[in-house]
Amino acid sequence: MSHAHTDAHDPSNVTNPEHAEHHIVTPLQYVYVFVTLLVGTGITVGAAYVDMGVLNPIVALAIACFKASIVILFFMHAAYQSRLIKITIASGFFVFLVLIAMTMTDYLSRTWGLW
Amino acid sequence: MDSALTTPHTHEAHAHEHEHISLPQHRHHFETEEQQREAGSFGMWLFLLTEIMFFGGMFFAYLLYRNWYYPAFAAASNQLNVPMGATNTVILISSGFFMALGVWASEVRKKKTLVIMLLLTTIFGCAFLGVKYFEYKEKYELHHIPGNNFSIAMFVNPQNYPQYPDTYAEKPLAPDMAQKTQIFFFLYFAMTGMHALHMIIGIGLLVWLIIRAQRGDFTNGYVAPIENFGLYWHFVDIVWLFLFPLLYLINRHPLH
Amino acid sequence: MSATSIVSLPDQSTATMPKRHYINNEHGLLSWLLTADHKRIAILYLISITFFFFIGGAFAGLIRLELLTPQSDLVAADTYNKFFTMHGIVMIFLFLVPSVPATLGNFLIPIMLGAKDLAFPKINLLSWYLYMIGGTLTLAALVLGGVDTGWTFTTPLSTHYLNTHVVTAATAIFVAGFSSIFTGLNFIVTIHRMRAPGMTWFRMPLFVWSHYAASLLMVLGTPVLAIAIVLVALERLIGIGVFDPTKGGDPLLFQHLFWFYSHPAVYIMILPGMGVISEVISTFSRKRVFGYSAVAFSSVAIALFGFFVWEHHMFIMGVSNYSALVFSLLTMLVAVPSAIKVFNWAFTLQKGSITFETPMLYAFAFIGLFTIGGLTGVFLGALGMDIHLTETYFIVAHFHYVMVGGMLMAFLAGIHFWWPKMTGRMYPESLSKLSAVTSFIGFNLTFMPQFILGYLGMPRRYASYPAEFQVLNVLSTAGATVLGVGFMLPLLYLGWSLKYGAIAGANPWQATGLEWQIQSPPLTENFIETPIMDHEAYDYEWLENKTKHEVTTVG
Repeated sequence: MSHAHTDAHDPSNVTNPEHAEHHIVTPLQYVYVFVTLLVGTGITVGAAYVDMGVLNPIVALAIACFKASIVILFFMHAAYQSRLIKITIASGFFVFLVLIAMTMTDYLSRTWGLW
Repeated sequence: MDSALTTPHTHEAHAHEHEHISLPQHRHHFETEEQQREAGSFGMWLFLLTEIMFFGGMFFAYLLYRNWYYPAFAAASNQLNVPMGATNTVILISSGFFMALGVWASEVRKKKTLVIMLLLTTIFGCAFLGVKYFEYKEKYELHHIPGNNFSIAMFVNPQNYPQYPDTYAEKPLAPDMAQKTQIFFFLYFAMTGMHALHMIIGIGLLVWLIIRAQRGDFTNGYVAPIENFGLYWHFVDIVWLFLFPLLYLINRHPLH
Repeated sequence: MSATSIVSLPDQSTATMPKRHYINNEHGLLSWLLTADHKRIAILYLISITFFFFIGGAFAGLIRLELLTPQSDLVAADTYNKFFTMHGIVMIFLFLVPSVPATLGNFLIPIMLGAKDLAFPKINLLSWYLYMIGGTLTLAALVLGGVDTGWTFTTPLSTHYLNTHVVTAATAIFVAGFSSIFTGLNFIVTIHRMRAPGMTWFRMPLFVWSHYAASLLMVLGTPVLAIAIVLVALERLIGIGVFDPTKGGDPLLFQHLFWFYSHPAVYIMILPGMGVISEVISTFSRKRVFGYSAVAFSSVAIALFGFFVWEHHMFIMGVSNYSALVFSLLTMLVAVPSAIKVFNWAFTLQKGSITFETPMLYAFAFIGLFTIGGLTGVFLGALGMDIHLTETYFIVAHFHYVMVGGMLMAFLAGIHFWWPKMTGRMYPESLSKLSAVTSFIGFNLTFMPQFILGYLGMPRRYASYPAEFQVLNVLSTAGATVLGVGFMLPLLYLGWSLKYGAIAGANPWQATGLEWQIQSPPLTENFIETPIMDHEAYDYEWLENKTKHEVTTVG
């Protein structure tokens, strides 16, 4: 990009304050992530066949969350993105949690005092 | 990036003022290339937020009914084919891996690598749908597709199904609870179906991207379409990363 | 490149129509249907939502006509059900949700930010096409025989007990929902990424802030409606589903998902209207909006709280008492940012040099009617009162006070305020004042009796009612007639003004926004050079100095 032009037009970077430097992830990093994901899949399938009682779903979901996080962070480059993008991602999960938590207030307490 | 920036920007409102050089795909209403690229990626992330909420409704329904009809959900879930599900997870992760490499190839301007990576992404995506087809077919044969042909036979009389060891070992369900397996299967088909629909749309887009990548459109510094499609494709992967344990795995040891 | 880069103002008395502007830039129908210019898309939207407004209005007229007499004598009861369903679907999804954002927002947000266009012009056009497909499907459902679920698609009524065109209407809403998502997405990206140099967050007009908040709701809420509607359609088509109690499903799950969107949706509808009011009040009292940042943050607060209150639509449906308590308390919270806005508008007026142009009349109507609508909302949010008043005409009156008295008045205020900017011509002032007053009187005559009817216990959504309610119902129908005249008038004189209205000039109101510093109607590229924002929003001193400066240099 011609920097002279950028400077002349946007001295304090006001047009684009949330700008982040572009970062290229190397194939080797992708291989690490890929292998981690495969290992995670193996563990989650294996763990399903071990009887851990109430922990089974928790372990499975924890592994799924971990896998999803590294996909978001590295495959989707969120780790190298501006704060704006990170807040955007977080707000999506926040509203999803609001949907679940607030609806659950109804379902969890619906029978209270009725038996 | 400078090497590729050879086309002068000729928009009439700008031409007189300064030497504004830009790629041909640069849209006139953006001040800089960088601004356009970041706007595109931000837009894609916002679209993915809507997708989170779209799938979120179904995830909530699953959470609710699993708690209400736990025995039915455990029995129905254990009928799903874990090896096929696990295979599909590996296939999808691989597809995502090749997509990520595709983004890299586009950034470092390796046209041939990019096309190969996109092709591999497509092939693995199709393989996923192929495995899904066999899974759906099995459900069809067992009358597990919700609707008029739905049958609870397998859950009230598991002893008649020795060829399905997971189910064979289960305790039979009372008929009224066994009816609730239909809700499980509805959610199963709704969630995996919606996921598959996203994959089909993605594969359609991939074909278009491959054609354009072959023309060299994305190896001249114009990475945005590949990058944004990558975001979409990885999101579809993530949905599956949750669907797989929730639908296939977490009920293998039901609490009694 | 300071403020002088902005096109200089022609004097109002000697104003001439600019030779080149976005309307005459290209000619022919295709140049409109394939345009990527946000201003042209705004005009397309304006024409289409006006069309659907009058369709929805026609059904409102039929409803009031039926309710003139206690018996169900004009139409059969199930036809009446189709009337109010069509009225609701058309007015909510095809008029109120896109009304201000898709027309005024589309037209003004890029200009107010000093940008040449929205971030994604083609997606903007796509959103209009999706809107039109949704509208066409709604009309198809109407022509094929109608829908009678009510606009809420309540399960299991909609899934099992009715045999009307629910799937067609559901598809229409699904498609129109994506139109709204794309509009919201475009606004958010534009506001984040396309601001002119110097246009910091706290220099943006409050119109932009309120659109930002509404866009967040569009992007995060609408997909939940989409999935709820898809599940209803699948349940009807495949015959099995998650909302059928006979098969173990929970009909209330649909309600939760539906209201998770549809409660925030009322803020999608009202927030942009509040943005219009902030602009109008400031301009016609010639004062900076009192407590700018409080008003800005209250928009975001309304959007945020909006996600925590939806269950108040379900208090009598068998939800948990404890949960209802929580939601009732949270509902009261929304009143706080709304009140902050109303108080700040009032303080803006204080000691301002107020003039009573038509947009200001509509703005006053908005403040009064919205306050009544908002406060009755607090009654309804209170658990005990809600059980008495919900599903009566009280609730009908409440949301019409917010949506018609609030939003529609704000829409008309905005249309009159920015009409000179959009068309380059003034509307006839005395006629428009008459129509504003007519609408205000007609509106109150229509809906004030409904508060009383509801309090007395007349249920909503019935074609017949006990004879003792007739007097109030006749009053309401009479009011609806006056209101109808009040809404028809603008259509006629605004159409007239397109050709015969006085030339407006760039800044007929002497307002401060960037949109008033360029020619009317604007150029296709909005600004000849990228403007640099070197002053705060609503800085009337800056405007005065700028005008003086120009006079001296010219003289």
